[in-house]
Amino acid sequence: MAEALLSVRHLEKAYQKNVILKDISFDVHKGEVVALLGRSGSGKSTLIRTLNGLEPFQKGELTFAGQTIVPNAATWLQLRQKIGMVFQSYDLFPNLTVLDNICLAPTKVAKRPRAQVAPEAKELLASVGLAEFAQRYPRQLSGGQKQRVAIVRALAMHPEMMLFDEVTASLDPEMVRGVLDMMVDLAKQDMTMIVVTHEMNFARQVADRILFLDDGLITADTTAEAFFTAPPTASAKEFLASMNF
Amino acid sequence: MAHSGIDLLFQGQNFARFLQGFGVTLRVAVITLVIGGVLGVVLGALRTLNNRPLQVILRLYLEIFRIVPTVVLLFVVYYIVPQVFHLEMSGEMVAIVTFALWTGAEMSDIVRGALIAVPKHQVESAQALGLNRLQQFRYVLLPQALPVALPGTINLATRIIKTTSLLLMISVMDIVNVGQTLVEANGHKHPAFAFWVYGIMFIMYYILCAPLSWWAKRIEKQRLERSNG
Repeated sequence: MAEALLSVRHLEKAYQKNVILKDISFDVHKGEVVALLGRSGSGKSTLIRTLNGLEPFQKGELTFAGQTIVPNAATWLQLRQKIGMVFQSYDLFPNLTVLDNICLAPTKVAKRPRAQVAPEAKELLASVGLAEFAQRYPRQLSGGQKQRVAIVRALAMHPEMMLFDEVTASLDPEMVRGVLDMMVDLAKQDMTMIVVTHEMNFARQVADRILFLDDGLITADTTAEAFFTAPPTASAKEFLASMNF
Repeated sequence: MAHSGIDLLFQGQNFARFLQGFGVTLRVAVITLVIGGVLGVVLGALRTLNNRPLQVILRLYLEIFRIVPTVVLLFVVYYIVPQVFHLEMSGEMVAIVTFALWTGAEMSDIVRGALIAVPKHQVESAQALGLNRLQQFRYVLLPQALPVALPGTINLATRIIKTTSLLLMISVMDIVNVGQTLVEANGHKHPAFAFWVYGIMFIMYYILCAPLSWWAKRIEKQRLERSNG
């Protein structure tokens, strides 16, 4: 197999004496969709947030696209242009229109001309059925629409990898489908994705691999099919039973 | 009927002098607000950083200017600074410097409060998009903090206007000083004249402050309605 896009080796993180992540190692290859599963508090959100520098870590090594990541502010600033992230709470900027939300980073960070970015942003919006919302403000959108815009906003930076942190967790049930469909499409377009989710059906359908986190430790790293048909640990079995899907 | 003194208001240069005083009050207040406002935004932004020594210094600055009465600060700048630094400053200049430092301190607190009221997620979201510190501040934090800071800033503006009445203490001819002079010149002959002079002062301050006060209430109400909607 080709070289990994992202390699995590012996990653450790602690808040003071409280160890959150223990000796985490895994690879993500180009085009792969990896779902991070685990109970609340197992460290999955913390793990995904360390991957773009929102959380510092104490030990271990990260490699992205063959380059070892020196974890300082300047490196993360560069890398965040290549690693997009979407959060549970959408966090569109309320002071900007939908279109300006999407164009902000490509024009200010990537320094691309707006004349080139705006049409592309509109195209992306149209592809997820939100073309007529370009000039509206986030407060005029439903939760599901906001989250789809947030994903478009991250995609407008042309990331090489996307991180999704429980992006459907605070949506009304009828809004979840639209957001998940968008992620399914992304997966089909071979976007490399790491997804923290509680949507087991989605994980099973889309993920190439499952990483199961148990108390800060990866206790399973296996294909989705294997994970769901024969959970590799008692803890994973219990977890799946509790998810009741 | 006894002479009420109202006609004295319009005698000679009296009313023109009043308007001049009004102009001085307005000028000092506006310049103070602009300089103090810019100072306050910069200091307020600095106060959101995690730098302990800087925080102690800025906090100390705020507390000093908040605790010590403005009139004392005014006298310190008026009497001590020229002697120690051999600086020639007009009374108006002294007042602007003092009031701007005081306004900057008060404003820094308003700005800091508004900045930390912006949800942490907003900053993370901006970080995740690759925006640097300055860009986060410029495009995400400041535009969201300003509406929050505006009502407090307008209220501060009315306090600045009222505080300019201290100009009397350092012999700058503002509204109060003009009025005081007029009363002193005519009061012994027409005791009721003081009523008209202070009445004019009352109206002039009211004209300056009431619309601001009303505006502050209105935008605060709008903001609350919008954030609930």
